Amino acid sequence: MRRAVFRNPWLPYALVAPQIAITLVFFFWPAFDSLRLSLYRASPFGDRLIFIGGGNFARLLGDPAYFRSAATSLGFSLVVTVAGLAVALLLASLANARIRGLALYRTLLLWPYGIAPAVAGVIWLFVFHPSFGVLPYLLSFVTAYQFNWFLKGWVALMLIVIAAIWKQFGYNLAFYLAGLQAIPGSVLEAASVDGAGPIRRFFAITFPLLSPVTFFLFTLNMTFAFFETFGLIHAVTQGGPGDATSILVYRAWKDGFDGLQLGYSAAQSVILMLLVIALTAAQFRYAEKRVTY
Amino acid sequence: MGRSSAIAHGILAVSIVVIAFPLYYAFVISTQSLDEVTSLPPKLAPSTHLVQNYADAWARVGMGRLLLNSTIVALAVALGKIVISLLSAFAIVYFDFRGKQLVFWMIFITLMLPVPVRIVSTYQVVSVLGWIDTYWGLTVPLMASATGTFLFRQYYRTIPDSLAEAAQLDGAGPLRFLWSILLPLSTANIAALFVILFVYGWNDYLWPLMITNSQEMRTAVIGIDALIPRTSQLPEWNVAMAAAMMVLLPPVAIIVAMQRWFVKGLVETEK
Repeated sequence: MRRAVFRNPWLPYALVAPQIAITLVFFFWPAFDSLRLSLYRASPFGDRLIFIGGGNFARLLGDPAYFRSAATSLGFSLVVTVAGLAVALLLASLANARIRGLALYRTLLLWPYGIAPAVAGVIWLFVFHPSFGVLPYLLSFVTAYQFNWFLKGWVALMLIVIAAIWKQFGYNLAFYLAGLQAIPGSVLEAASVDGAGPIRRFFAITFPLLSPVTFFLFTLNMTFAFFETFGLIHAVTQGGPGDATSILVYRAWKDGFDGLQLGYSAAQSVILMLLVIALTAAQFRYAEKRVTY
Repeated sequence: MGRSSAIAHGILAVSIVVIAFPLYYAFVISTQSLDEVTSLPPKLAPSTHLVQNYADAWARVGMGRLLLNSTIVALAVALGKIVISLLSAFAIVYFDFRGKQLVFWMIFITLMLPVPVRIVSTYQVVSVLGWIDTYWGLTVPLMASATGTFLFRQYYRTIPDSLAEAAQLDGAGPLRFLWSILLPLSTANIAALFVILFVYGWNDYLWPLMITNSQEMRTAVIGIDALIPRTSQLPEWNVAMAAAMMVLLPPVAIIVAMQRWFVKGLVETEK
């Protein structure tokens, strides 16, 4: 730790004051209020709160729709992350050569990061449009199956998965390329001399050496898919058809703002909070391990 | 070597084309007439209705106001976060004070409290303050930033102590040191953080959706929702795509223009 240099009885407090004020008012107060609210439900006229203890949690845990939503969230996030990273890693490994113009490629790969998930969703909504979209049109030559996201849950889910992967893809690819360029060629050459084929080299050397990049991208993509795709769902599918794309965050918002079930929504927030705390803890434990590695 | 680099160029070029296709398609649609949009097979070449579609989209949702709101929100959130986190990092690194550990942990814990985990109650707090449907409500609650604070803290700790000691010997107080020495040294970090935060502020969806209820206070990403043709409406996807193009252009342009800082920001803020 650095030796503190300046001395002043009040200045440091004044410097942290804005940060602490916002933290207390907009983070801690609402977080505690979520905890409190999760133990209540609104009266039929919505004019007062009735204490019901663990009632909201009991209702959530007894609701198959909530478990479906949890499964959808987890499945969605894992598919977006694993599929997105696997394809990016595959292409990056194939494209790993000393080439010119890498900076230009990077620009051409990174720009979709700037597109809001909701806007990405709107674009893909039309690409997938059952009557006018280019994708169902092309698929109609292959199969008579109707790829209609109005009616079929899995098509709607596929639509948001693809929109999410698209938004993150160039970014993942750019990071893997940078990671690969940092692996010394001599290591791979040595393995090659020892008779290791390209696949063996990949799994024995490249993949382990890239694990910090993979970990970084995995956390980032999971967080993105879990929390930042709200706009994508809200603008594109509104959780439907049925509840096929109703991920946890969307559900918590809908029950709170559309359904005005404040306590029920707060209980969902509390569960999400526990999830974030667990994920952050896991992330830090792994990061610590990685430092010693 | 020659063959492998040809393969590499080929793969990257194909990836870029595949990634760019949806945007190209959206642009093409935004230049077509309603008849062209709804005709099969889909037409993949630009047409002549660009001006009309963009003007339609602009007029129907009040795009001028939406883009202005997004600009105000993105700038205020980005600059506010930078200033606030810069100041608190300065206090944490350069001062000893009672409660420093507590302050540090409080900032750390905000990492675990993103908006989605406190949806209803944050809305209630903002509403108690009377900030619903105001720029205050849209920006101030988003200005605390653990990542920003940690980024500056990390950076300040790499700056040798002797610099601050020398400044002190020359009679410079802490604020003078911050303004004249630390700030100029931090410009690359500030620029990196700015790109990331501007894009985040521009594209944020859940917060403005909760905090605003009039079309005048909506930000652009939410305001264009009204243009997406639903089942029973006229399929004016050309107008919807024109709106989408206008909304996505500013953040994408900033990323491309400030690419060096953008990449630095991506790496630094996720450490």
